Amino acid sequence: MSQPSMSEALRGVVRRDLLLAMRRRSDVAMSVFFVVIVASLFPLGVGPEPAVLRMIASGVLWVTALLACLLSLGRLFTADYLDGVLEQTLLIPQPLAVLVIGKVFAHWVISGLPVVLLSPLLGLQFGLGGDSLGVLTLSLLLGTPTLSMIGAIGAALTLGLRGSGLLVALLVLPLFVPVLIFGAGAVTSNLAGIGSEANLSLLGACFLLSLAFAPWATAVALRIALE
Amino acid sequence: MSFLGINWFKYSSPQAFHPLAGRMIPWFSAAALALIGIGLYFGFFIAPTDFQQGDAYRIIFVHVPAAWMSMFLYVIMAAWAGLGLGLNARPSFMMAQAIAPTGAMFTFLALLTGAMWGKPTWGAWWVWDARLTSELILLFQYIGIILLRTSIDDLRRADRASAVFALVGVVNVPIIYFSVRWWNTLHQGASVSMTASPKMAATMVTAMLVMTLGFWMYSFAVTLARVRCVIAERERQPSWGKNSSIQEVAEAR
Amino acid sequence: MQWGSPTEFWAMGGYGLYVWTSFGATALCMVWEVLAVWRRHASAAAGSRDMS
Repeated sequence: MSQPSMSEALRGVVRRDLLLAMRRRSDVAMSVFFVVIVASLFPLGVGPEPAVLRMIASGVLWVTALLACLLSLGRLFTADYLDGVLEQTLLIPQPLAVLVIGKVFAHWVISGLPVVLLSPLLGLQFGLGGDSLGVLTLSLLLGTPTLSMIGAIGAALTLGLRGSGLLVALLVLPLFVPVLIFGAGAVTSNLAGIGSEANLSLLGACFLLSLAFAPWATAVALRIALE
Repeated sequence: MSFLGINWFKYSSPQAFHPLAGRMIPWFSAAALALIGIGLYFGFFIAPTDFQQGDAYRIIFVHVPAAWMSMFLYVIMAAWAGLGLGLNARPSFMMAQAIAPTGAMFTFLALLTGAMWGKPTWGAWWVWDARLTSELILLFQYIGIILLRTSIDDLRRADRASAVFALVGVVNVPIIYFSVRWWNTLHQGASVSMTASPKMAATMVTAMLVMTLGFWMYSFAVTLARVRCVIAERERQPSWGKNSSIQEVAEAR
Repeated sequence: MQWGSPTEFWAMGGYGLYVWTSFGATALCMVWEVLAVWRRHASAAAGSRDMS
């Protein structure tokens, strides 16, 4: 039997992680409910005035999605780490960075994609309409995978450490800032009438940059954590 | 390999570097004191009062040097981290470890003095301009590196994990700077910029540069002193393999 | 730069609070750092001595 190719290994990793997640569907639900609840807190804190809500909508929804990603990072590698599968994964001949992409993609499908799909509804709650909703969804579609890829670096660095939840946040939030700026900026500039293309292109650039470098950095960090 | 007649690789062992660092510290300390003294004299007794900002501008004689040092030290720390990862060399990681606290301190001072300068000059304790915001993120990154190291018990993993994060952070800071500059142009309200500094008289520039050099010498001295601590502390722990104690080497001479 | 009197020097044209807080904090931090490293070295060296 010949050695599996890189794409086969990638598909294998994705399929396995998605299958495991299907058996614990609460993971999907958790991200969704978190975003809904937290997004609802802001109007309760700030007041229901529509003009204000529309102004803060992009920032609030983006920060909420960002926090949801942050909180879900603990689930990225921990389960495999605890039952020894991660160590075995390091021994697979295919490049670790490719396998990381697979895991992160599966993780995004479970935690990030539901948020993207839900975002138009949340945008309506904040009084966004028409094409701003589209921009919001598109920005999250580009942004949440980027956040997952960058977050994976932090998750790998803090694998198995005590108090890793807070430490991951401290490490990863500075890295999230540019994505937040461009993502929320896309919706803001759309609302201001300037047009969101520039911000969206920059967001796309962040996505491509992180796709090129983050899985590799994550692989390095995993090897460091597991030696 | 010798350069200037000295076999440099001899000093790549912590035991040999410990006394060398010890001999260098007094020189750097003296240079620091001298330069800071001269810089302060220039800053307070030679540089004139600024036409626009009054005497409040004199804060730049600590603010700018601190900010520059915070960035230099980060890059140098990241360089040592990269060297450590590339060469798998313990002393490089020790240097990175020794630099971090000083870098964090200068970042904190840059932010504090920046606020002190901003309030009388521009009326606000804090503005979200690119430079201050990047400085703030830099502080978070320094703290992250230090906390990551203290959270990991295994020395080798701690060294390498904080090295990876330092390198990732080096890439992040210019990206942050650019993205916040971009963000400021979008939101035209907040256009207070601390980059709009007054045209500076030559004496002002001189004082600033002398202070920066002074802070640099200070950083050398403190970092070398701290790396000696790190070396001594690591001697106590079973770490990357067998170590002979510094005491034995010293006594054997 | 001629200061008329020590009072003028400390007042810094009305901005004394900001200027001296900045310089004071800087001096304080640097002194504190030096002392902290000194203390750390004392305990590190003591630890090494205990081991031998």
